Amino acid sequence: MASLLASFDTVLLITSVVKIIFLTFLVIMPMVAYSVYAERRFSAVIQDRVGPNRVGIPLTLFGLKKDIQILGIGGLVQPLADGLKFFLKEDFTPRTVNAFYFWLAPCLTIVPALMTCAVLPFGSELDLSILGLAQPVKAVIADLNVGPLFVFAIASLGVYGIVIAGWSSNSKYPFLGGVRSSAQMISYELSLGLSIVPVLMIFGELNLSKMSVFQDAHGWLLLPLWGDGLSLERWVLLVPVVVSFCVFVVAMFAETNRLPFDMAECETELVAGYHTEYSSMKFALFFMGEYAAMIIGSGMAVTMFLGGWSIPFAPLLGLDYKPGDTPLWLGLLHIAMFFAKIVFFILFFILIRWSLPRFRFDQLMKLGWLFMFEVALANVVLTAVILIAFNR
Amino acid sequence: MPSLLFYLFALITLGFGLMVVLARNPVTSALSLAMSFVGLAALFLSLDAYFIGIIQILVYAGAVMVLFLFIIMLLDIKSEEGKSFNLKAIVGGVVLAAVLAVQIAAVASSYGPGRTNLAEARLDLPAAAEYTKLPTIANDLRAGTLPDAKLVGQSLFQRYGFHLQVIGLLLLVGTVGVVVLSKREKEVN
Repeated sequence: MASLLASFDTVLLITSVVKIIFLTFLVIMPMVAYSVYAERRFSAVIQDRVGPNRVGIPLTLFGLKKDIQILGIGGLVQPLADGLKFFLKEDFTPRTVNAFYFWLAPCLTIVPALMTCAVLPFGSELDLSILGLAQPVKAVIADLNVGPLFVFAIASLGVYGIVIAGWSSNSKYPFLGGVRSSAQMISYELSLGLSIVPVLMIFGELNLSKMSVFQDAHGWLLLPLWGDGLSLERWVLLVPVVVSFCVFVVAMFAETNRLPFDMAECETELVAGYHTEYSSMKFALFFMGEYAAMIIGSGMAVTMFLGGWSIPFAPLLGLDYKPGDTPLWLGLLHIAMFFAKIVFFILFFILIRWSLPRFRFDQLMKLGWLFMFEVALANVVLTAVILIAFNR
Repeated sequence: MPSLLFYLFALITLGFGLMVVLARNPVTSALSLAMSFVGLAALFLSLDAYFIGIIQILVYAGAVMVLFLFIIMLLDIKSEEGKSFNLKAIVGGVVLAAVLAVQIAAVASSYGPGRTNLAEARLDLPAAAEYTKLPTIANDLRAGTLPDAKLVGQSLFQRYGFHLQVIGLLLLVGTVGVVVLSKREKEVN
């Protein structure tokens, strides 16, 4: 037993656990809650409404005159109230469902969505010498050499949750939702996978941390304005990069089942699609899974195309990352930068959802197979030709 | 510790593999197979073969099994569940498994015990960097990480480039065949 314990790297174990808890429970979970709030407020702005603006810290319950509105923005406590509502609602299980799979499905949706965050580099490194750690701690849970593939692999398991939810509900509309969703996700996984091949060819790396470091020194893939980014090659490469960014983002919308591609829960045709029979916290888990997948997808897009945690024009400002020699404040600034970019991306997701109409299912499949797939494939060839022309 | 994890994941792989055969519900069988693939992927990861492990999940658990599930869900599960055991199928399965076991045993017995212990023959990655021409692989090896994805890509596209294209052609023929077969014939007067 003692030798077993001695074989553990205690520092690594503790820092990993701290990183996992920080990222999933202190960042992504609250982010999910506040994405829902942002979605409701932002959609209200788009539709010229007010949105949820009343919920504050309810001091009136305790006999005081006024509720406290945090920062003067109305409704910031709304996500907490929503969560409480979900916990207190009746958890109703219809009599005809397949009970085991009916319970399993919500878990299968949220677990893969949260697991994928393991390889996302959410910051450069933290110099924790104040706590007595000799080596700086890398701000990524698992620094795998197959980062993007890991994310795709685990995210592709998320489809099981939706399919099983639709099937186990033993009801027509959820079933149709589940079938649609599995067809859609498999189709768009192809273009999603192919769209990042040009990116991998340019970096020559499958490690997300190394991609971020490269972009920090040589300009973001979509913003090559410093370091080696000013070379002609990078500017010519901007053409395939922009194409692959567009394909990636569209495929990501389809993979996360977001409007305009939310065929699995298309209200006009399928009531609420695969989660029609679900109520209370089980329903909320599907919701959280969708938003968590959205955050991770944004994280992937940010890491590969928009420099990850890198600060724009970092080498010019003297804020660039030096391996093993980054002060603590810069490490924290990198983490803040990463999440700021993700927030920006989520607002973009919401803007798209409330401005585009929903596709028809056959249009969706046609777009996936007859346009996106071909564009992604041609883009790979184009990138290869450019790389060879510049003699890489 | 690694051996403990090995037994855990071997148990997951074999246990769910058994469930595939024994479960009466086809959906349970399909999901057990997916779970078994995940266990197998974990075994690959424990051998430092990250690329193969992840591809195992991405292709088999994430795509192939979803298609299987897609088909199974369109079937009538109730009639499948009610079926009793088919004796012919069981005998055939056992015979097939026995033949496979004998084959594996024959192959394994033709190898003698190795001369060096695995514990003594340590992986020397920086030394291996001298043998490769590609700078990206050499850099990774010098840094002490195994660039398994790059190595797989290199041997697949350089050493076995011809074989890869033959397989690609084979798959293309298969796809074209499916399209031809599933196309409805036009009514001839």
